[in-house]
Amino acid sequence: MNQTINESGGTGPSHRKVEIGVAAFMALLALIGVYGSVKVGMGWGNDGPRAGFFPFYVSLFVLVSCAINVASALAVPDKGKLFAEWGQLRQVVSVLVPTAFYVALVPYIGIYAASAAMIAFFMRWFGGYGWIVVAAVSVAVPVVTFMMFEIWFLVPLPKGPLENFLGY
Amino acid sequence: MLEDIGNLFHGFAVVAQPFNLVLMVVGIVLGVIVGVLPGLGGANGVAILLPLTFSMSPTSAIIMLSCIYWGALFGGAITSILFNIPGEPWSVATTFDGYPMAQKGKAGEALTAAFTSSFVGALFAVIIITLVAPLVASFALRFGPPEIFSVYFLAFCSFVGLSKEPPFKTVASMMLGFGLGAVGLDQMTGQLRLTFGTEPLLNGFDFLIAVIGLFGIGEILLTMEEGLSFRGKAAALNMKVVLHTWKELPRYWMLYLRSCVIGCWMGISPAGATPASFMSYGIAKRISKRGHLFGTGEIEGVVAPETAAHAAGTSALLPTIALGVPGSPTAAVLLGGLLIWGLQPGPLLFTEQKDFVWGLIASMYMGNIVGLIIVLTCVPLFASILRIPFSVIAPVIMVFCAIGAYTVHNNTFDVVMMLVFGVAGYFMKKCNYPLAPMVLAIVLGDKAEEGFRQSLLASQGSLSVFFSTGLVSTIMALGLIALFWPLIQGGWSRLRQRAGLKPAQ
Repeated sequence: MNQTINESGGTGPSHRKVEIGVAAFMALLALIGVYGSVKVGMGWGNDGPRAGFFPFYVSLFVLVSCAINVASALAVPDKGKLFAEWGQLRQVVSVLVPTAFYVALVPYIGIYAASAAMIAFFMRWFGGYGWIVVAAVSVAVPVVTFMMFEIWFLVPLPKGPLENFLGY
Repeated sequence: MLEDIGNLFHGFAVVAQPFNLVLMVVGIVLGVIVGVLPGLGGANGVAILLPLTFSMSPTSAIIMLSCIYWGALFGGAITSILFNIPGEPWSVATTFDGYPMAQKGKAGEALTAAFTSSFVGALFAVIIITLVAPLVASFALRFGPPEIFSVYFLAFCSFVGLSKEPPFKTVASMMLGFGLGAVGLDQMTGQLRLTFGTEPLLNGFDFLIAVIGLFGIGEILLTMEEGLSFRGKAAALNMKVVLHTWKELPRYWMLYLRSCVIGCWMGISPAGATPASFMSYGIAKRISKRGHLFGTGEIEGVVAPETAAHAAGTSALLPTIALGVPGSPTAAVLLGGLLIWGLQPGPLLFTEQKDFVWGLIASMYMGNIVGLIIVLTCVPLFASILRIPFSVIAPVIMVFCAIGAYTVHNNTFDVVMMLVFGVAGYFMKKCNYPLAPMVLAIVLGDKAEEGFRQSLLASQGSLSVFFSTGLVSTIMALGLIALFWPLIQGGWSRLRQRAGLKPAQ
């Protein structure tokens, strides 16, 4: 397995570490679950099982399986298998960050303006399209979406100052 | 039985209304597009398009949504054969022989075989649904809380026992789903739990958000990591090729029958379409005379997985409408749709909402026929979608995911949750955690918990209530068998080996 890494020449976080990280994160959620269940009462009340009963045992199941998953990840000899190469992860992050901005912007400027901005960003940044094509697509998609949702199917979507200005 | 047939014809009359026919065609076209695009699948495709149906009548809505589902099932085959990219997990097995066929210049034959097989598989499953679902529903009317819980138990045990992923990863993902489903208002005591005083958590986690995040955003992140370059084979389908292939296909009737049965079996138990397609492919490879040629472009290698995948995908709706237990994530989304339109899924649906149920079943027949015609005639059009560069498609898909997530509760916090689920989905997928059990657990969590607690309430906390009557014990026992199936299978083959060794010694 070591050879294959050398051939491709890439480095990155080890698969085993990420695997353990994921299990640990799940276990953390389960611990929060246990804590919350105990807080509302996980035992037997006057009127049967209390609200925390079910989530408590469910969280215990998660904890136990996480422990087993970590153990089995450790049991397999680490042959330097990569989770992904840094270059690949950079690709993922370069999609994730703009999307996070997009999601954060939606409540303030509305979904249509934010969408136009994101599509324009992607096309210009990753696709390297000319400004005219970028403008055409990034305006057309939100407009068509607007027609489809607000007008034909009568589903209101978040709107911002731009839509207010246009009178919607 | 006769009454059912009358109801079915009434259903056809409902479906044949012009408005519903238009919705059907729109649904299938959207579905194929969803199936062709990477990052959009049946489940999140239906979830994203769910808001479009809010203002429709439930029957029209389910016709459109189920047609999106059929379209997505058809669409997966196009990308597998022409681009060697499975648009859907269940069409992975189709790439094994479909793409080599396309490389040999037999793309037309492969596509025709795939679509026709899909159609046959779906038709078989719909016939099963028509015959069996009313019986199951009337039987299930007698279920009390312990029986209801035992059905959920069976469903979730089959996940653990039948999935390819390591069992404890399935358990972890499923139980986490139950935990997420439990957040918010406790249905039975009216108490808030696991919200820790935060307002956005009051309503809990909606599974539609989870579906859009896990399957939609997660998938795009995965695609981005792999770095996509589509190099497709030309898609030309003319009538001559279609007819020529059709002439050849009846020869494989036995293969069809076997794949249909495998598909229906896997679809009804919630193992789903993906394992069904692999299983069918594997068995066909072992049995066929030309098995050693599988993987080099054998038509049988396309027929087997496609038939089984479609049979499974369709029959997953049987437990959904008859019991309220969805057999696949997409079926779960359809079930979520029912709740939004104010219908209570489960056995009562058959007596209280006849129009709806039989309209749905009739639309399965019609939808698959219309779907077959549409995909056979429009393949080049759909294939050209994949030639749109990813830098354009990716943000557009993201936008639609965000819109879908927002419209579930008209809440921008849900859009944030979608992104969180997306990142979680990326990591879980990479670490081989199955996502479907998590989604189904979020959907069914409340109901399963209710059944469990009501049963315990009646029995004063003794677990023996789940083995108190013949019916409930049988279902629980089946669940346990499904849960320990890999162990049972392993033990059985070891026993056989030992028995086989003895005479030799």
